[in-house]
Amino acid sequence: MSGHQSWFDLNLGISALKYIGEIKNGNLTAEEFISKTIERIQKVDSKLHAYLSINEQAVEQAKSIDKKIKAKENVGACMGMPISIKDNICVKGTKTTCASKMLEDFIAPYDATVVSKLKAEDTIIIGKTNLDEFAMGFTTEFSAYGPSKNPWNTEYVPGGSSGGSAAAVSALECIASLGSDTGGSVRNPASFCSVVGLKPTYGLISRYGLISYSNSIEQIGPITRTVEDTAFLLNIIAGMDPHDNTTIDNQNENYLNDIDSGVEGKKIGIIKEMTHEGVDKQVSAATNKAISNFEGLGATFEEISLDMVAYSVAAYYIITATEAGSNLARYDNLRYGYDFDSEGYEFNSYLSKARKNFGPEVTRRMILGGFVPSAGHAGKYFLKAMKVKSKLTAQVNEALKKVDMLIAPTVPILPFRFGEKIDDPVALFLVDINTVTANLTEKPAISIQFEISGGLPIGIQLLGKSMQDKMLLQAAYALQNTVKLPEVPI
Amino acid sequence: MTKIGLEIHCQLTNLQSKLFCSCKANYREFSPNTNICPICVGLPGSLPMLNQKAVEKATMISMALNCKTPEKIAFFRKNYFYPDLPKNFQITQFDAYGPTSIGHDGKITIEGKEIRIRRIQIEEDPGRLIYEGTSEKTQIPLVDYNRAGTPLVEIVTEPDFDNPKQVRVFLNILVDLLENLGVSDPTLEGALRADGNVSVEGGNKIEIKNVASFHDLEKAIHFEITRQQSLVERNIPIISETRQWDDRRKITISARKKEEEQDYRYFLEGDIPWVKLNSDHFKKLREKMPESIASKRERYVEKYGITNQVADVLSSDKYYADLFEQSHDEKNAKEIANIITTDLMGFVDTREKRETSKLTHQHLTELVNSIMDNKITRNSAKTALQEMVSTGKSLIEIISEQDLDNVSDESTISSIINEVLNEEANAVQEVKEKPETVNFLVGKVMKKSKGKADPSMTLNILKKKLGIT
Ligand SMILES: [Zn+2]
Repeated sequence: MSGHQSWFDLNLGISALKYIGEIKNGNLTAEEFISKTIERIQKVDSKLHAYLSINEQAVEQAKSIDKKIKAKENVGACMGMPISIKDNICVKGTKTTCASKMLEDFIAPYDATVVSKLKAEDTIIIGKTNLDEFAMGFTTEFSAYGPSKNPWNTEYVPGGSSGGSAAAVSALECIASLGSDTGGSVRNPASFCSVVGLKPTYGLISRYGLISYSNSIEQIGPITRTVEDTAFLLNIIAGMDPHDNTTIDNQNENYLNDIDSGVEGKKIGIIKEMTHEGVDKQVSAATNKAISNFEGLGATFEEISLDMVAYSVAAYYIITATEAGSNLARYDNLRYGYDFDSEGYEFNSYLSKARKNFGPEVTRRMILGGFVPSAGHAGKYFLKAMKVKSKLTAQVNEALKKVDMLIAPTVPILPFRFGEKIDDPVALFLVDINTVTANLTEKPAISIQFEISGGLPIGIQLLGKSMQDKMLLQAAYALQNTVKLPEVPI
Repeated sequence: MTKIGLEIHCQLTNLQSKLFCSCKANYREFSPNTNICPICVGLPGSLPMLNQKAVEKATMISMALNCKTPEKIAFFRKNYFYPDLPKNFQITQFDAYGPTSIGHDGKITIEGKEIRIRRIQIEEDPGRLIYEGTSEKTQIPLVDYNRAGTPLVEIVTEPDFDNPKQVRVFLNILVDLLENLGVSDPTLEGALRADGNVSVEGGNKIEIKNVASFHDLEKAIHFEITRQQSLVERNIPIISETRQWDDRRKITISARKKEEEQDYRYFLEGDIPWVKLNSDHFKKLREKMPESIASKRERYVEKYGITNQVADVLSSDKYYADLFEQSHDEKNAKEIANIITTDLMGFVDTREKRETSKLTHQHLTELVNSIMDNKITRNSAKTALQEMVSTGKSLIEIISEQDLDNVSDESTISSIINEVLNEEANAVQEVKEKPETVNFLVGKVMKKSKGKADPSMTLNILKKKLGIT
């Protein structure tokens, strides 16, 4: 994939860095690229349903950026690059629905911190992408507006919950996207759609404007086609934010500098509990190949057992249900929501009526969230889950004293067909066995596209030390350069 | 034995902004739903930003009530549904998993009785429901979120009070203490609210809620004790419950039984990291802490020889104490204390009067020094003081405008005395028999001189003329 000089053979598959280079060289205008992107969306999104809404002003915005470039005025680093935003992140003046009927008409009155940072760098928000309702799910099948499709095979799920973002990036409907990752919601669809997805260290990116699902473990994360693009976006959106007390000072780290440092001499631990039992054989083979590619670059490996992983999914569901039950309690339709005449209702009956607008998965988790932290049951469920979280964290910390990072397939199984698992919540829960550990331990983890097996993507996951997101990106970059993957078929 | 405990909510009204956003902590001036932002209305995606000043003020309260303070504090979510609660959970503190609130295990002594403080916590105030409509049937509840997120400190006592009178004394002392700390203005409507719990011998604990004022709380507690005692006398069991104070009928009515009580599903608020309170925090606050009321009182008595009673009044009212501190020096302290507690009190006894008062501490210094230098009489001083409060004019201006300067010219006073002696023959006779009644004549002279005659000079001349000592 290389840059092109004319409108007619303009390549929408270029990376963010390439895009910026072409704009700077005058080989490309923002308007050309944005118009072509919109055309592409119009062409493929009826099949993919990656987007919930499109920015009608995108071309106008591109024109004004072109004007600034032409006049040699100050232009932000992104130079009109089109980026999509998961529809649970607030963009001022646009609908932010969380793919829920509950927020069908909610227009965010403010920008999320990540969005204002992107806008300040002259990014064009091309549209809002689909997700499982309130980010609860791993397939986008729980979107109230219908699922997104996998660009590699539209009969398959794109993964989730940031499935719309990953599909859009994969299908060249934008250069990059921001998703959110509560238990794998960035990495899982990145793996299923053959793109890069990062769940950064907890606190590296401000959550202000991300509509909370399980606020103590989730992070916003970039989804891109190259590792460098993720590093580039991280440079823009990471860092302390006075609006989010949980953010950490990253000392203005430049994630793109020295991205090609390689993995020579790095020690990588293979997580035993994530690489054997229940892993599809194609996924297993791909993992072994990734390990041997890394070895070829000078990394060494040892197997590491994290036996608390066995309890991680149960703990994850208890903690997320508890927090969701509280975070979503505000959707009582009093201050915003949908049209609903409250006449004749007593408050509690009004409330249960209003909450009927939640879909089945959200309802399931909110019922669970009302139960597991309740006075009579907290000891048996919530407090135990918190104990698992702290023991798992201790185990991972211990492991990361011995090795620089950990490796495992992002998802133990290949992408699956629609409807295959939606009626079996427990089976669906096991889809995230390999991803929830990073969230529960607040560690950074990245998924890199590594193989297309029988037409279906497989991603490899690296999990690193807190605030060592950069080392993770360097390793991911090295791995990325060991493979050449086919182009997306759609 | 009767046991009474209290839960007091104190708004930190002296803070600029709310607990988690930059809206105004003083919401009272705003028309409904204009002192709000995405954070305090709990809009999707908003996050709380902890107001560090609120933590400081709450720490000061905790220290002033002799509480223990943990090394780090945490915030919790208290989950329940109510229309005035924007997020349908309240961010508060909770001690179930060890002490993580801003204070615990404190005490304060009132009239020789020790009242233990169980816990002090920081939390956000909800919004307010306003009912519009005339009859109960046509009433429309409206929600005003201006108050939502106002910083509150909750003070919970052990059930250490024996009677409503102790409660009143405690609350008075607490109000003075909070005001002295500069954390809250108790005269603002709703700034201080208290709930109580009452149990009598042989009965269970009853919570009383919905009490509008401290005065009503005393009445409600009194009512509850009587009600519960009469139940006990008739062998009717007292079941643990929450009762509402009915302000109209002046009785408590059952609100909900213990077993119907909400499960608040408390858990850690992940959006606010634990706050470390290191020794620097306490050191800095200790330096910032104003002198306690008790210490002021002691100093006034010992250093200046001010009477206990005057020192009491002066130290417990921050407005008077501040005026005193700014205006006095070694020499005039006692006189300034007297002027404040006798004359000034009548002019600035309400919040409104204090707000409109133009009096400054310079006024007071000037006034008292003039009295001490015999430039103006005590009587004229009172007139001048009232003028200062209402107009803010300087003493010199007032003296010249109202002709208030002291008459200390012997011949002038002498001639006024002569007039009085002529007019008051009976009184003169009486004074000769009972010299202690001479003050009656002094008064007459003062009146004739419009309060300007120097009182001690008047007395001396009178004594001389009447031949008494
Ligand atoms: Zn606010």
